[in-house]
Amino acid sequence: MTTLLKAENLHTYIGQYHILQGVSFAATQGEVSVLLGRNGAGKTTTLKTIMGLTPASKGTVMFKGTEITKKPTYEISNLHIGYVPEDQAIFAGLTVEENMRVAMRKEDDTTLERQEYILSLFPDLKKYWHKDGAFLSGGQKQMLAMARAFINEGELLLIDEPSKGLAPIVIEKVMEAMTEMKKTTTIVLVEQNFLMASKIGDTYTLIDDGKTVHTGTMEELIANDELQHTYLGIG
Amino acid sequence: MELWINLTVNGLATGMLIFLLASGLTLIFGLMSVLNFAHGGLFAWGAYAGVWFYTVTNSFTLALIGAILTGAVLGFITEKLIITPVYGDHVQQILITLGFMIVLSEMLKVVWGPNQIAAKVPPALSGSWEFGDVLIIKYRLFIIIIGFLVFGIFQYILKRTKIGLIVRAGVLNKEMVQALGINIKRVFLLVFMTGAALAAFGGALMAPYSGVIYAEMGMDFAILAFIVVVIGGMGSFPGSLLAAILVGLAGSYMAYYVPDLSLAVNMIIMVIVLIFRPQGLFQVKG
Repeated sequence: MTTLLKAENLHTYIGQYHILQGVSFAATQGEVSVLLGRNGAGKTTTLKTIMGLTPASKGTVMFKGTEITKKPTYEISNLHIGYVPEDQAIFAGLTVEENMRVAMRKEDDTTLERQEYILSLFPDLKKYWHKDGAFLSGGQKQMLAMARAFINEGELLLIDEPSKGLAPIVIEKVMEAMTEMKKTTTIVLVEQNFLMASKIGDTYTLIDDGKTVHTGTMEELIANDELQHTYLGIG
Repeated sequence: MELWINLTVNGLATGMLIFLLASGLTLIFGLMSVLNFAHGGLFAWGAYAGVWFYTVTNSFTLALIGAILTGAVLGFITEKLIITPVYGDHVQQILITLGFMIVLSEMLKVVWGPNQIAAKVPPALSGSWEFGDVLIIKYRLFIIIIGFLVFGIFQYILKRTKIGLIVRAGVLNKEMVQALGINIKRVFLLVFMTGAALAAFGGALMAPYSGVIYAEMGMDFAILAFIVVVIGGMGSFPGSLLAAILVGLAGSYMAYYVPDLSLAVNMIIMVIVLIFRPQGLFQVKG
């Protein structure tokens, strides 16, 4: 088992606020690593710090054995790391097609074939292909954000709360797509919905007050009611 | 009827010159969130460069190309030296770009002297066409055609090319564009240089239109361009065209019918737009 991404003792400030105060975790190639924790625990900031959007003041992020902590965001992305932000960040004034094109590193046959494959995972997007992103529903925006992050051959996908605000039927679709993506890509998933996380995740990292408090396999967390109760408020 | 046609042609020609200045300004503001008060200085440099190149080469085409290149080079220098240190700070942007505007104007005096310089319309574009009682001045029509051509070319680039797509996406969400692997700073530089080149191009076209050029001419036009950007919607290219035409036509008609209000009319339009559509006529969806 190869470690693809390793975050060690991350500290991040946003303005004067010390949001991350020691987050550490590792993502193994081919697995889904889930970051869990309450609202405001620092999960989203952890992903942003990995992407260089809120750079760490202390600690390191290693990707395939190379330090990427201080790299600019676009260079991190060009290491084949896809990112689906919490708010989806769809370009509202661009059509679905244009949103996909912006993300393409190359507009060659391989990418266009890959696009066809992705659209088979998210058939809704095809229906709205020439519509502006502004007119999509929350679920469709989520699908577009995931499709966009997956359009280039990627090694790692960082996905922030894909189930947030979505109807159960849409969550099912997103889950199906992620299960398919998992076959070819390593995923780091931030999720509040424990049911969803437990179905797809291989390992977990519990974050509380900006610190890593527990890591392990998903089976261990499913079996540990006390941990679920203390850090996730379940039960 | 002939009066209306003449006023309309005058208004459209002025509007197109303002559009060339405002279009760069609106892209720079929309994408980079930069308030560039030095933009008028680039317009004036374009006018001087155009006249100089025309005098040296005797070719108006080369004069326009020379002005565009001058604008692009000055845009490169401005972005690297003046804008880069103040990204994200509007107060500092206003102060430093206003200061640089003065520097650009004074530099014009250093290079070409403090006096006004006469600018001639090239022979091929001088004179006019008569259609009955209607007199169409060739150079004004030329400016109008060039203005629409520039608009068409840029609309094509923005709508149909990858770089245009990236610029439009950048106007909407810079952070996400970077997260998709695009070096936004390089895009910023390219947009800034393009905006500066457009301003200089506008200046070079303006020179024969007004007949004389002077170092402070940039500031006069920059104010109009800012008004146009606000009316059209910050970051909107079509908005800039529409607002520039509106301002040009309003100025032209008011100068004839209510001369006392001709200078105030632009402000009045801006106030009305701000009251009823504070985001401008064309809102850029965020």
